[in-house]
Amino acid sequence: MQKWRESSGKDAEGGGEYRMGIEMNLVSRDKIESMGSMEKLRFILDDVKSGNIVVLEGGLTAEEQMKLIELTMMEVDDNFPGIEISGYPVKRSLLNLRKRTRLTVIGPAAKMRTIKKDKDLISAIISTT
Amino acid sequence: MSTRKRVKGVLSRLILTLLFKKRAVKIGIYGPPNAGKTTLANRIIHTFVDENEDVGISTEIPHETRRVVRRAGVFIDIKRRLYNGDKGHSSSPKVNRAKLMLDVVDTPGLATKIDFRDFMAYGMDEDEAKRRAKEATEGVIEAIKWLDDIDGVILLMDATEDPYTQTNVVIIGNMEARGIPIIIAANKIDLPDAAPQRIKNAFPQHRVVPVSALKGDNMEALYAEMARVFG
Repeated sequence: MQKWRESSGKDAEGGGEYRMGIEMNLVSRDKIESMGSMEKLRFILDDVKSGNIVVLEGGLTAEEQMKLIELTMMEVDDNFPGIEISGYPVKRSLLNLRKRTRLTVIGPAAKMRTIKKDKDLISAIISTT
Repeated sequence: MSTRKRVKGVLSRLILTLLFKKRAVKIGIYGPPNAGKTTLANRIIHTFVDENEDVGISTEIPHETRRVVRRAGVFIDIKRRLYNGDKGHSSSPKVNRAKLMLDVVDTPGLATKIDFRDFMAYGMDEDEAKRRAKEATEGVIEAIKWLDDIDGVILLMDATEDPYTQTNVVIIGNMEARGIPIIIAANKIDLPDAAPQRIKNAFPQHRVVPVSALKGDNMEALYAEMARVFG
């Protein structure tokens, strides 16, 4: 289930060796906004189930996060206990007319744990064992 | 419950509904596992319906509630004492009644992760733990589905824990997006390390009512707030 990179090869430029670690995908706001709602959630969950950490620049709305939790619960099994999700709250514009989602981090619950979170800071531990 | 008592209860609910000409509001008790949701639901039922009736059982094991339970026709009727301190009549309170007809909906705890191995720490064998984990995931899905059918939410948080979890943020965000009224109840204030102020600081845009559902502390304030917000 987990996608681990063994340290047997060279990095992309043929330079130094890379060590065992976790893949982290930083997804731009443009990419996320180009996807439909279900497509977006499927993309995230498939990536996380592969053992990757997904960081969304644009973040997810509260409704999308709730749908993601629902979708996750449908797929929990013995090898996939669920996800860890952390994100900044929505930022509202002047006069509260427009809300803007902010960064969201999603990872496999077996490997990632949020240790501290407030409205502008997220600290997480990522286990490589 | 005897047949006579049941008929009496049904009739009284019918009369109250006709008198108020308003359907009961469905109030969902939401929150993370082990926040005390079933304890709160039981407390409300014991206070206003029947002290021997339970909505569900509470234990220290997470996800003890794995199905949504709805208790219809709960009539909350409390007297509120309002003081006129500004005119020197602070010793003579004005009594105001707060009334609310509601259906209490006790929900399974919302979580992003359910690992069957966590249940084995409570002495369950692997098969039982896996069965419970499966039921718990179904319970979370059911609780989320119920949000479409809820008129108001009591978001219950454990005052001894960090309140700024993503689940709490997501529930609040969803309620705000749907325009559903929400009350945050900071539970377990009877415990020495309870810090309800931490919850107030984390969610300053919402009214937070500190309570102990287990001991019954400050429940009158929660009922008054429910009548005000959901009534």
